[in-house]
Amino acid sequence: MSKRIDVGDLNVYYGNFLAVEGVSMAIEPRSVTAFIGPSGCGKSTFIRTLNRMHEVIPGARVQGKVLLDGEDLYGPSVDPVTVRRQVGMVFQRPNPFPTMSIRDNVLAGMKLNSNRMSKSAANEVVERSLQGANLWNEVKDRLDKPGSGLSGGQQQRLCIARAIAVQPDVLLMDEPCSALDPISTLAIEDLIGELKQNYTIVIVTHNMQQAARVSDRTAFFNIAGTGKPGKLIEMDDTTKMFTNPSVKATEDYVSGRFG
Amino acid sequence: MSVATKPPAQNSLAHNQLPRYTTQLVLVASAAAGAGVSALWGGFSIVSFAVLSVLIFVIVNTVLSAVVEGRRKAVDKLVTSLVYTAFGLALVPLISVIWSVLDNGTARFSMDFLTTSMRNVTGLNDQEALEGAAPFIGGAYHAILGTFLITALATLISVPIGLLTSIYLVEYGRGRLARSITFFVDVMTGIPSIVAGLFAAALFAVLFGVGTRNGFAGAVALSVLMIPVVVRSSEEMLRIVPNELREAAYALGVPKWRTIVKVVVPTAISGIASGVTLAIARVVGETAPLIVTAGFTSSINTNPFSDWMMSLPAYVYSQALRPLSGSSPQPSFDRAWAAALTLILIVMLLNLVARLIARLFAPKTGR
Ligand SMILES: Nc1ncnc2c1ncn2[C@@H]1O[C@H](COP(=O)(O)OP(=O)(O)OP(=O)(O)O)[C@@H](O)[C@H]1O
Ligand SMILES: [Mg+2]
Repeated sequence: MSKRIDVGDLNVYYGNFLAVEGVSMAIEPRSVTAFIGPSGCGKSTFIRTLNRMHEVIPGARVQGKVLLDGEDLYGPSVDPVTVRRQVGMVFQRPNPFPTMSIRDNVLAGMKLNSNRMSKSAANEVVERSLQGANLWNEVKDRLDKPGSGLSGGQQQRLCIARAIAVQPDVLLMDEPCSALDPISTLAIEDLIGELKQNYTIVIVTHNMQQAARVSDRTAFFNIAGTGKPGKLIEMDDTTKMFTNPSVKATEDYVSGRFG
Repeated sequence: MSVATKPPAQNSLAHNQLPRYTTQLVLVASAAAGAGVSALWGGFSIVSFAVLSVLIFVIVNTVLSAVVEGRRKAVDKLVTSLVYTAFGLALVPLISVIWSVLDNGTARFSMDFLTTSMRNVTGLNDQEALEGAAPFIGGAYHAILGTFLITALATLISVPIGLLTSIYLVEYGRGRLARSITFFVDVMTGIPSIVAGLFAAALFAVLFGVGTRNGFAGAVALSVLMIPVVVRSSEEMLRIVPNELREAAYALGVPKWRTIVKVVVPTAISGIASGVTLAIARVVGETAPLIVTAGFTSSINTNPFSDWMMSLPAYVYSQALRPLSGSSPQPSFDRAWAAALTLILIVMLLNLVARLIARLFAPKTGR
């Protein structure tokens, strides 16, 4: 569990459009890394290349290297499906499967892959994952009810439970709290703090305070103008990024004096 | 209450209004006036009564409203009456079809009709029945069975092809191939049903010899008509499955084909199933393609792969156009009407089933 990620000089294209240019970074295991930056600078684009989710979009492609514990994700015979089993992802909008119960949603990673497991093992996974996502107490009496009947914040925690049920090494979160109220947000931030013990976590957020609260390291992305590629401007320890960044643009952005 | 409300007359938001039941009153009055004018004007008839009443109502209602309530309300009332009139006009053919089928069809419609075939029933039987010397005999069991078998076979052929095509179009199709498939599906939608029948007849003539007619050929002809409908409706349903669900599955390390089989199709299944049922309802009444492919028979044939097979539409056609007894055709006409009634009942049942399926399979919400 928990692997490190090394990115080397990565370019991401949508067709001929260069969306992200020349990103190199190292992400330590058992840490939380936050990506911040203005809208459209390529945070989502970049985070999706860490588990090859960008390949779902027609025409999206990358140049460069992404190493997971030294192994190249983009090696010639690497199957994206295997990659995604090790690098899980939580999306901006909660997306539980509407045809499945809460229980089946948690077990979706196994069920959809038709992995056989005993009932007791399944129960254990459900309880452990829901406990892990801080949702167990709220849903333990209604596990057979549809997942779409939960509130938005509960749905998002259900999606987190679903992602950690398959025990990935890395958990990517693209603005997981942007659709949630402050209390659910706090619940998820606490959860991130706990998940850090076992997982490598990467989170995209527009909320500076959130980045400051949850992350160990912060990466600031920026874009020179529309149609220009997004770039990694600076990456450092979170405390340093928010108090004493080495680049002027970072300071302007984190202090709200942007543009 | 310390806030004093102005008396209604001084309220600047209020306007003159007609009393509440004016419209209904005008309607009743115009119906009476319409009946009167129609009777004076060359004898009462339903058509002139309806046209005159509606005309009088629209004019009176609009003018009255224009005088009392003002222009905007008058236009509103005018358009409302026009919309209702159009709705009523659209209902006329439906109601008149149902009425005439019920009126004529119930004469012969019975358990006996549903469970016997036309084997060994001749014009002589009909004449005797008319004279009261013998009971009416002869039913549509063989045709109902044939319709059932042929339609089931057609569904068995069309649903896999149609569903897989729509999955290809939505999940995999890019570029020229997908565009040409879409184009040809559109073209297929417009194929006249007799052409589909001739195509199947010609195909079976080439494969099994000229003049080959059986239920399976009929099923192939119906499939040609059904496939584009299934493709189109399933495609629509698959397209509205949110992309986020696919991404959620991919992010769990689920391969694409499993995502399609276990997430995309189950999410869309209620729409797909009701689309398929409606497609069945659409082809179950096709006549021309079955006449040239499955033919006619008066006896029960349970094997769709050999010999001619009767179907309900073909039964209606043959009873109505070629009565058993030329001199006393009424029993045959009655049988044709009863078969038409059966067909309408089947179509209604299919529509109900479609709704039921949509309800049953729909993703559940709530706690
Ligand atoms: N599917 C796509 N096809 C083509 N271009 C895209 C696609 N998705 C994103 N882009 C482009 O890539 C660039 C980066 O977009 P991205 O979604 O990564 O931004 P972001 O940093 O996540 O923004 P936000 O904070 O608003 O989510 C933008 O210029 C965007 O227009
Ligand atoms: Mg984004």
